[in-house]
Amino acid sequence: MNRNKILYSGAIILAVTLIAALLVALVLYSIGASPLATYKTILTGPLSDLFGVTEVLVRSVPLMLVALGIAISFRSGILNIGAEGQIQMGVIASTAMALAMPHAPKAILLPAALMAGALAGALWGGIAGWLKAKLQVNEILSTVMLNYIAAQVYTFMLRGPMLDPNELETGSGTPQSMRLPEMAFLDTLVPGTRIHMGLILALVAALLVWMLLWKTTLGYRMRTAGAGAKAARYAGIPVERYLIVAMLMAGGFAGLAGAVEVSGVHHRAIEGISSGYGFAGIVVALFGALHPGGIVPSAVFFGILLIGADMTQRSASVPANMVLVLQGVIILSIVSAQSFLRNPYAQERFFRWFARFSASARKAGKGAQS
Amino acid sequence: MSAELMIYNVLCLAVPFSVALLLAALGENFNQRAGVFNLGCDGIMCMGAFLGFMVPFTLKASPWAAYGNLLGIGAALAVGAAMGVVFALVTVTFRASQGIAGIGLQMLGWGLAGTLFRHFVGGVTGVEGMAAIAIPGLSKIPFLGGVLFNHNALTYTALLLVPACWFLLYKTPWGLKVRAVGTHPRAADTMGIHVDRIRYQALMLGGAMAGLAGAYLSLCQAKMFSDDLVAGRGFIAVALVYFGRWSPLGILGGALLFSIAQSFQLSMQVWGIKFPYEFAVMLPYVLVIVVLALARKARQLGPTDLGKPYNREMRF
Repeated sequence: MNRNKILYSGAIILAVTLIAALLVALVLYSIGASPLATYKTILTGPLSDLFGVTEVLVRSVPLMLVALGIAISFRSGILNIGAEGQIQMGVIASTAMALAMPHAPKAILLPAALMAGALAGALWGGIAGWLKAKLQVNEILSTVMLNYIAAQVYTFMLRGPMLDPNELETGSGTPQSMRLPEMAFLDTLVPGTRIHMGLILALVAALLVWMLLWKTTLGYRMRTAGAGAKAARYAGIPVERYLIVAMLMAGGFAGLAGAVEVSGVHHRAIEGISSGYGFAGIVVALFGALHPGGIVPSAVFFGILLIGADMTQRSASVPANMVLVLQGVIILSIVSAQSFLRNPYAQERFFRWFARFSASARKAGKGAQS
Repeated sequence: MSAELMIYNVLCLAVPFSVALLLAALGENFNQRAGVFNLGCDGIMCMGAFLGFMVPFTLKASPWAAYGNLLGIGAALAVGAAMGVVFALVTVTFRASQGIAGIGLQMLGWGLAGTLFRHFVGGVTGVEGMAAIAIPGLSKIPFLGGVLFNHNALTYTALLLVPACWFLLYKTPWGLKVRAVGTHPRAADTMGIHVDRIRYQALMLGGAMAGLAGAYLSLCQAKMFSDDLVAGRGFIAVALVYFGRWSPLGILGGALLFSIAQSFQLSMQVWGIKFPYEFAVMLPYVLVIVVLALARKARQLGPTDLGKPYNREMRF
């Protein structure tokens, strides 16, 4: 990459970030909150103490896992919007698995629960992949619909078959499952906080995804199918098969994220367990340039945003829905920026303008000296 | 209960249910005919629903109260058109990937409506909404009268918009341009049609109609606003355009089919048929997937350049 290109990309990304921040500031201003103070709370609040930092990492774990899966699917040319539903399916399956074998040793139970979650998510995602590959059903529509269906299945399971019997007898009737056996918990990394082994798992997963996509034949084929389906087909790559594989993997990662949330954080299936990780994961993946190396920091960044948004809700009375606005603006800005980044004409124009600008600036500088 | 009465009850519910889907899908049809796949429809509906509720809610005690609903509808149309322009800026001018951009717009509209609602209103509050107007004479027709001619003004508007959209699309120069731009933008460009301008116009019109659909939900159907009022109807509307094979009449059929399924599901609960509530709620969403899977041959009838950004600078 030459110097010009780096300068150009940097300028575009900076401009996009500024525009997104300004747009959101406009919304904040209109609801009577101080944009600067809100941004300050969001960005510095969560990092003010050790507990805050660990909470950020706790949030970043599911984001990372979901985003890795989404990166695989986007790179393979299929847009997975269904992570939210896949997470919920993963939660159901891993909880059921853990509750089914309450006396199993940890070495069996924990992997079994995580695998069950990943498998359920993979199957749920695979439906959309199969529909796309075999029946050309638009994957965005089908995954969105599967989200709504999964949400209903989830509520049904929590209120019916999986409802904690104690809740019926003595509790308030809160729709939640029984507490998992201790043997199904992911270990805590720092005592006294909620940060758990899932973080290590997610980082390893990031490495594996990078190796899969850039160091294996399978990954190469998947990326080829995504970059140009026609060319890939001409080269003998069965594009349809890789669409299904990509959706299975994407769903698997989302399901795993759900399982990790259950066994690492909540220790039971509760309502609203996913709290929008499926949608935030899309933003994390795009913000991380669909590359594991970018997704890890971007997941931490969005962990900060999510915690920070909770804090502003309490301190500055900015509703937490604001995060959705922020995510929407970021998505729109990123996809807009990409068209500039990939457009050689725009780049050329920018450079002509930049050269003229710097030449006249130099002239002005000389004039001032003499 | 006689079978005839049951059918009557289902149909009486189905017509009002279909209006929001119909309005949004008719609008989306213009977008897709012009070659732009607007998944942000759902977010636009959220904002339309919010403003449709908010304006009469704020004007309740003012001298403008009598015009509250009308102003609310106007605001919903305006915000829809504005969000259509935003989407056009991103997908037409910046030529971004339409699928992801649509999801971005959906999150933006959904989040913005929720944020503003929580800030300005807070809890669940109703509005008076729009009253049903029985059309004199016609509403007295047995059976049909109750089903078709005893609704509010927006319902009649939506039903009248079906032939209006058909006329606009097939019988006017602008409609021809829209279809040309979505089918073969380069040819259209060569013939002197401003591809980008037509796409902007189509997106504005589609956005305004999605906003109207949202306003219908909050003003006429629920008579209140909440975060999950729209509940994915925007996405169903997009699917209906496929199902209706990009023709206003087909879309009307699809919207009716969906709302009959929905009102049937509600009636089943009223009749006391035992069926888990959650499974009844997921019925329309399952139906969308089934419909999309069955309608795959229809794609050949659709706009050929759907979803492809047009760049006149690019050589082949």
